[in-house]
Amino acid sequence: MLAMPPVDHQVVARRAAIARALRAIVPDGVIDDPDALRVYESDGLTAYRQPPLLTVLPQTTAQVAQILRWCHQQGIKVVPRGSGTSLSGGALPLADAVLLGMGRFNRILSIDYQDRIVVTQPGVTNLAITRAVEDAGFYYAPDPSSQIACSIGGNVAENSGGVHCLKYGLTTNNVLGVEMVLIDGEVVRLGGATFEAAGLDLLGLVVGSEGLLGVVTEVTVAILPRPETARALLIGFAGVEAAGQAVAAIIAAGIIPAGMEMMDKAATHAAEAFVHAGYPLDAEALLIIELDGPQAECDHLIDAVRAITQGFGCTSCRISETEADRLNFWAGRKAAFPAVGRLSPDYYCMDGTIPRRQLAHVLRRMADLSAQYGLGVANVFHAGDGNLHPLIMYDANIAGQLEQAEAFGADILRLCVEVGGVLTGEHGVGVEKRDLMPAMFTDGELAQQRSLKAAFDPDGLLNPGKVFPLLHRCAEQGRVHVHHGQTAFPDLPRF
Amino acid sequence: MASVTMACPRDAADLVALVAAARAGATRLALCGGGSKAAFGAVPTGPVTRVDMRGFAGIVDYDPAELVLTVRPGTPLAEVETLLAAHGQMLAFEPFDHGPIHGCAGGAATIGGVIAAGVAGSRRLSRGQARDHLLGFAAVSGRGEAFVAGARVTKNVTGYDLPKIACGSWGRMFALTELHVKTLPRAEMQQTLVIDGLNPAAAVLAMSRALGSQGAVAAAAHDPIARRTALRLEGFAASVAARRALLEGLLADTGVLGALDADAATAFWQGFRDLAALADAPLLWRVIVPAGHAPGLIEALELTGARWLMDWAGGLLWVGTRADGALRSLVEAAGGHADLVRADAATRGRIPARHPQAPAVAALEARVRRAFDPDGVFETGRFGDS
Ligand SMILES: Cc1cc2nc3c(=O)[nH]c(=O)nc-3n(C[C@H](O)[C@H](O)[C@H](O)COP(=O)(O)OP(=O)(O)OC[C@H]3O[C@@H](n4cnc5c(N)ncnc54)[C@H](O)[C@@H]3O)c2cc1C
Repeated sequence: MLAMPPVDHQVVARRAAIARALRAIVPDGVIDDPDALRVYESDGLTAYRQPPLLTVLPQTTAQVAQILRWCHQQGIKVVPRGSGTSLSGGALPLADAVLLGMGRFNRILSIDYQDRIVVTQPGVTNLAITRAVEDAGFYYAPDPSSQIACSIGGNVAENSGGVHCLKYGLTTNNVLGVEMVLIDGEVVRLGGATFEAAGLDLLGLVVGSEGLLGVVTEVTVAILPRPETARALLIGFAGVEAAGQAVAAIIAAGIIPAGMEMMDKAATHAAEAFVHAGYPLDAEALLIIELDGPQAECDHLIDAVRAITQGFGCTSCRISETEADRLNFWAGRKAAFPAVGRLSPDYYCMDGTIPRRQLAHVLRRMADLSAQYGLGVANVFHAGDGNLHPLIMYDANIAGQLEQAEAFGADILRLCVEVGGVLTGEHGVGVEKRDLMPAMFTDGELAQQRSLKAAFDPDGLLNPGKVFPLLHRCAEQGRVHVHHGQTAFPDLPRF
Repeated sequence: MASVTMACPRDAADLVALVAAARAGATRLALCGGGSKAAFGAVPTGPVTRVDMRGFAGIVDYDPAELVLTVRPGTPLAEVETLLAAHGQMLAFEPFDHGPIHGCAGGAATIGGVIAAGVAGSRRLSRGQARDHLLGFAAVSGRGEAFVAGARVTKNVTGYDLPKIACGSWGRMFALTELHVKTLPRAEMQQTLVIDGLNPAAAVLAMSRALGSQGAVAAAAHDPIARRTALRLEGFAASVAARRALLEGLLADTGVLGALDADAATAFWQGFRDLAALADAPLLWRVIVPAGHAPGLIEALELTGARWLMDWAGGLLWVGTRADGALRSLVEAAGGHADLVRADAATRGRIPARHPQAPAVAALEARVRRAFDPDGVFETGRFGDS
């Protein structure tokens, strides 16, 4: 099991008193029954489980402020949670921490079609924002595939993306403001209904901060008019290189598709067996390219993209003629994860980003690693922006395979960094990639980021054990060894 | 007037030494690029070393197909734009040279200055700010340490998103030594459509309707002197033509939508970069406001004798005034904020250039700055607090 910060047994011993104090703040929103707490013991990274000390479900910003102020005074850790779909263990509870569930913040507060802005509570799901504005012809652009479940507050914390973020940006590019409560109970507003915030861009810092800087209690997002048409092409290639070159050529031609996804042969076969979308099974690489906008633009770009891909020797090319066709092209891609899940008892989803020109090289090295570890891997890839999702297949019931899968995954992520990429494109560092951070950042750089954390949360009470490698590594039998005796900023707090 | 010495570092090691010397002594470091925005903020009061960052110049890596440019911050903006244009690409946030706003010759602006000041032009409306296009950077902090943040790929959530706070950091916190900037394809064609004769409220409404439509408007601005409201379309020719027809129909009840020829269009948008119409206003403000509140704010400002230009469909007002008066309180009442971009030195010493924040946010901001620059090495007094 992954090392977490040492449990404060004094806090655990005060559990009943803590529950009483929190009930005084949220009378109907404290869960302390051990069975009921099981619900919260993990998020989308199910390999790790830990029931929280308690769960509290506030309903107002004032309650959140009171809870945080009280926990801060008492030195009690707090883990914020939205819908619990994080794939990096961002919302993994701690045995000595209060889990702060934001699910009751479930109302959209206002919609302004003239300025194209929605103000919402953070527990509202990503898709619910689009549902609220679609009758008026609008939508909220970032579309993580978990959008029916994940909360907009979680999206803010993770800076989530989706298949359309190539053209429309990530969460950070579509959020205009937040109301946030700091660990000491102070309520701040960063940004708002304007195109830019005053002063330093603290909003930009908070987006993607994985619940480490504050608890978001309100979010202002920009909405866009829904494009008139969207059409997709399904294009097979005999090799990954050719598909990668076609992607580069499309961009070089000045075309930024709404989405540009690639699947390798393993993923294509898994998806086809699952949903029968009519995917070409001979293709070594399959591209799904979606173009949207006015009809005239789509027609023009479909022709342009088809011509480019033919120039790179595509082996098949289908173009959606109807909305049903388009959805069918996507069906396999959208079902790729569960489809791989049918081939293997367990799979482990990775999330590195690489410079696109490195794709063929990275896939070759990954095949070598796959042979070395004796574990299969299927790849789906946000080809436009270089975000790779290898799915490692393993069987948790076979002793040691989970650890092997994790080691394989870590090797893949190190490879991503080695070729000029990063550890995570959209799923966050969480607990999962925490210990890999030194592959990307020096001790000094991590210390710099920790000092930024301390500007928001000097005692390190918010979501501890996430994002940063533990300074004190727990070795066998819970004994603590200090591995980083020499640190860059001895004046900084350590947690 | 403060004593000013000069330094021209050429690499990160030089900067580390400068920071160490500043931490040991009393001098503060004033980072500057081409100096096109030197007249923004107060004149430093204490001893200052002016650090000319133009030694950090040149393109480090540019692969158009990756949509990423790695460049040193002292590189002239014009050089970057020329390079990208040669490959059919651009900086989509449309940064521009602030020299002319301050009565200087153009051409001095550097890409580092653009990023540090968070400069974005008219296309910000559709494509985002500088902060949406800076992917990563290398810098030397006020702790005297070289560090990197972000990366050179577009999709990255590894660690805090420090590039966001680098944009608009105004040389506080750290000295940028390398930038990874997102590039995007340049549109095949541009066309500017105009409606004449609208008042501010009608102009904002027309721009809002256009933006809420399938018109995919890239930029939208209103010039009150010519009473001209402009919508800029960009893209492939077939698409621009279709969207023009759509907007003509949509706005038929508002007025006739005419198209400007290329020269007239260039001149129109140039007016929103050099702000020539406000050149004689002693005080120039950059006012950010919810677009829907712009007409009401304009009415209130006009009563004080202010003159203005409207960009970002109403979300940005450039306002020229004679004195500072009540501008900031009027702007706040409209839900916005205002930076003082141009004023005489005495006024700049009295009125902070950046809009004052709520106390809790100001305190948080100060703690964030101290996390990078605990001794205030980069705090010259230019922005009031230090
Ligand atoms: C099947 C599946 C598909 C997915 N597809 C995608 C995808 O396409 N793209 C993508 O980017 N991600 C994807 N994800 C990951 C996940 O859905 C996102 O990271 C999502 O944003 C998490 O939202 P959540 O509400 O579930 O947050 P949680 O999992 O509850 O929490 C995530 C993090 O946010 C913090 N947090 C939550 N709410 C708040 C708040 N109000 N204030 C402060 N911090 C808060 C938590 O502490 C935690 O660190 C997928 C996940 C699954 C299970």
